[in-house]
Amino acid sequence: MTPAASKLYTDDVSLLMVLIETNPFFWNSINSTLSFSKFISNVLAFLNSILLLNRLNQVVVIATGYNSCDYIFDSSALHNHNQKAESLLQKLEEFVDKDESLCRDDSVDGPGFSLLSGSLSMALCYIQKVFRSGPLHPRPRILCLHGSPDGPGQYVSIMNAIFSAQRSMVPIDSCIMGAQHSAFLQQASYITGGVYLKPQLLDGLFQYLTTVFTTDLHSRSFLQLPKPVGVDFRASCFCHKNTIDMGFICSVCLSIFCKHHKKCSTCGSIFGQAQTQDSSTPDRKRKTSVDK
Amino acid sequence: MADGQMMKRAKYKSSVKDPGVPGVLKMTRERFVFMPNDPNSSRKLNVEFRTIKGHKFTKEGSSKQALLNLTQEQGGNYILEFDNFADRDICREFVAAAIAFHGETGKATSEKPAAPFQGDQLSTAEMEHRIKLLQEDNELQMLHKQFVIGGILTEAEFWATRKKLLDQNDRRRPKQRVALKNEMWSVKPLSDGQSNRVTFNLTPEIIHQIFAEKPAVRQAYLKFVPIKMSEKEFWTKYSRAEYLHSTKNVVAAAAEAAEDEELAVFLKQDDMLANEARRKIRRVDPTLDMEADVGDDYLHLPDHGLLREESKDVLESQYEPYRRHFSQDLNQHAAVVLQGRVVDVELGDTRSVAEALSQTKQAELANEASEGNSKKDLSYRISRIAEMDDLQGPRDPAVAPLCIKDPRDYFDSQQANALGDTGSGAKTLKCNVNPLEAYGSLKELVSEIRVTGLSEPITNPEVPFTVLSSLTQNISSTKYHLGKNPHESVLDSLPKVTREDLLHHWTSIQELLKHFWSSYPITTKYLYTKVTRLKDAMSQVYPKLQEIKESVQSDFRHQVSLLVHPMLQALDAAFAHYDADVQKRSAKNGERPNGFV
Repeated sequence: MTPAASKLYTDDVSLLMVLIETNPFFWNSINSTLSFSKFISNVLAFLNSILLLNRLNQVVVIATGYNSCDYIFDSSALHNHNQKAESLLQKLEEFVDKDESLCRDDSVDGPGFSLLSGSLSMALCYIQKVFRSGPLHPRPRILCLHGSPDGPGQYVSIMNAIFSAQRSMVPIDSCIMGAQHSAFLQQASYITGGVYLKPQLLDGLFQYLTTVFTTDLHSRSFLQLPKPVGVDFRASCFCHKNTIDMGFICSVCLSIFCKHHKKCSTCGSIFGQAQTQDSSTPDRKRKTSVDK
Repeated sequence: MADGQMMKRAKYKSSVKDPGVPGVLKMTRERFVFMPNDPNSSRKLNVEFRTIKGHKFTKEGSSKQALLNLTQEQGGNYILEFDNFADRDICREFVAAAIAFHGETGKATSEKPAAPFQGDQLSTAEMEHRIKLLQEDNELQMLHKQFVIGGILTEAEFWATRKKLLDQNDRRRPKQRVALKNEMWSVKPLSDGQSNRVTFNLTPEIIHQIFAEKPAVRQAYLKFVPIKMSEKEFWTKYSRAEYLHSTKNVVAAAAEAAEDEELAVFLKQDDMLANEARRKIRRVDPTLDMEADVGDDYLHLPDHGLLREESKDVLESQYEPYRRHFSQDLNQHAAVVLQGRVVDVELGDTRSVAEALSQTKQAELANEASEGNSKKDLSYRISRIAEMDDLQGPRDPAVAPLCIKDPRDYFDSQQANALGDTGSGAKTLKCNVNPLEAYGSLKELVSEIRVTGLSEPITNPEVPFTVLSSLTQNISSTKYHLGKNPHESVLDSLPKVTREDLLHHWTSIQELLKHFWSSYPITTKYLYTKVTRLKDAMSQVYPKLQEIKESVQSDFRHQVSLLVHPMLQALDAAFAHYDADVQKRSAKNGERPNGFV
């Protein structure tokens, strides 16, 4: 980096990883004023404004599909700066084709689950690459534009991704477009110190994006952003992937199970025997027979 | 003491200065009776423990009297003096148990909260630990008062879950012992400039040290005193020898040694030490620790790096034995210091100290002789050290420290679950979709954008305005209610009394539930009664929580009820479990005729 370039690295240079939801079943089942095309146009305008804020800002877009995830757009790899939107849309179309070809289900009920854990991992890998690129790099953060419900089967991988984001100090912001709150993303934003928002008016998605999610990490220390009222900390069990409130926990590796098991499937430790209540009744029977 | 009666000789005094009337003190659980030795004296006592509220006692110390002061509520007191501290301590424990027994409904006094009477014996030290723990931690004291003194939990159960606390205290504060002084060199005789007298000061401490460091002197002491010479003479001769050594005049030392046989013992080199050193050398581990020796390259320096004394004059052989080597003295002193205090005898009697030390030394010798398998041990050690470092596997990676959060963090952030969804922008259709269709429509939409491009304006102008105003209102209202700091809790905004109450209820409910759930599955009658006790206590919490809810101002009422909600849920779950269990039991016992348990 030339010395001149280093002077340009002000506090607010950011690297924004946007994970957009491209699960077709979700977009098909949503019944609101936000269609996929409106969504994409809002997002494109938002990306343009991010790149306008600072010359050195970088944006990377990852598509979260139903069967796969892929990088769609990388602003630093672009040669022709006038054709950002075109290249993004082109890549998006190719991605949707690829995703369709990987689809093996005959029919899907409802919105289905998108591969959030995959795209989170891809985002974190890219961020790690940026960290190792040199002493000067923009401050990364992740923005999840998510709508599908949480897939309990992805609990473990999502939690792992969240913890590694926490260690690398990368905040995960979430903007939920679906009908229900997402427990995973609530936890993600809480643990990593990001912003979680479920917009009331999806029409004005662009306004939400520019008001809340454009703020860079430096400015967040003196700006006030909406806070969630609370966080849903429920976990999924490791055996059936159901969301549970109360369960059994292995004391060695802290894996969660909904039913009693003889052995922990994660670390292999053997659990002790649970006492049964039947042992009390024989005593009583014996006692009365003695009395007689 | 368990049979409830005690008799000891004591003196009854009306005040501390009073010499006291000697007599016999007899104590039972109900009362204590003091009968003076002199039948004509009128100083009899017959006092019930019910009236005694507290007891004070003097600390142990050789110059103080062993006093026990029993105080009454109205201010009267009875001072008893015992012959020794052991007696006094026994009586004190008895009195404490008796007072506690009578004062069981008691209030915790500021000095000592009443320790409830226990069937099983607790040592005084443990009792004192518990009392101290209770005094230090207010929360613990409140819980203890509420449950143990209220009769819901027994003392043993309460402390059973806090074993860690009790253990910790025991290990704190190891007694510090006085170390050995380096006064071998600094026992400088006080020499008077004018006369030729030199005075040595030998305290029992120094004598103990001399015996520890110089076995020859010790042996000489045992041999000579009191047969050949008195103790004073012995020490005079020893001092003379020390003085001669301090002058560093070896020739003079040799001369004096030739004259006086006993002096010679002090002046010559210590044979016993030499033997000991030889023994130690034989026991040294021959395995080489390459890492430790790497920095010690003293082979190439003259004299192996040690500083030599300047007097390189070669003495005649007859004088050699009278020379003292500083390094040897230093090593011996270090060895003795590292060994620590081997003997715990009182230092007054020199002879006993000497004997005790020689006995320990002999015991050591005997131990060594009996160790036949030391060679096997040595060879095993050698074989272990011969492992190659390079061939060992990689060590485990360092682990990150475990971060256990305060449960209160989650406690007040759970209100989100209670709130549920406050309206949502989108609703989902439940439909069964063919993937082909779904993907097809998606691709269509994408190509649509490519063709038409971004619409201008992106949205209708009113919509962003609505969004902005609602966001602003949301942020400002949450700031008003929840405060700036996202981790600041609702609890802080409540009035102090309510907050304290809520937190107290939370901890007490946790304690109750802990004991409740740990008693399941119920296998013994004891557990059954315990569960019933706990259940009754838990049912009393409900009206208290209701009271708190009603006592708060209307703005906070909703938040307080949100905070109270999880507590009620936990209690409800416990009760549900209890009821289910009772039903199961009664179903099992259903075939019995009514009335039998």
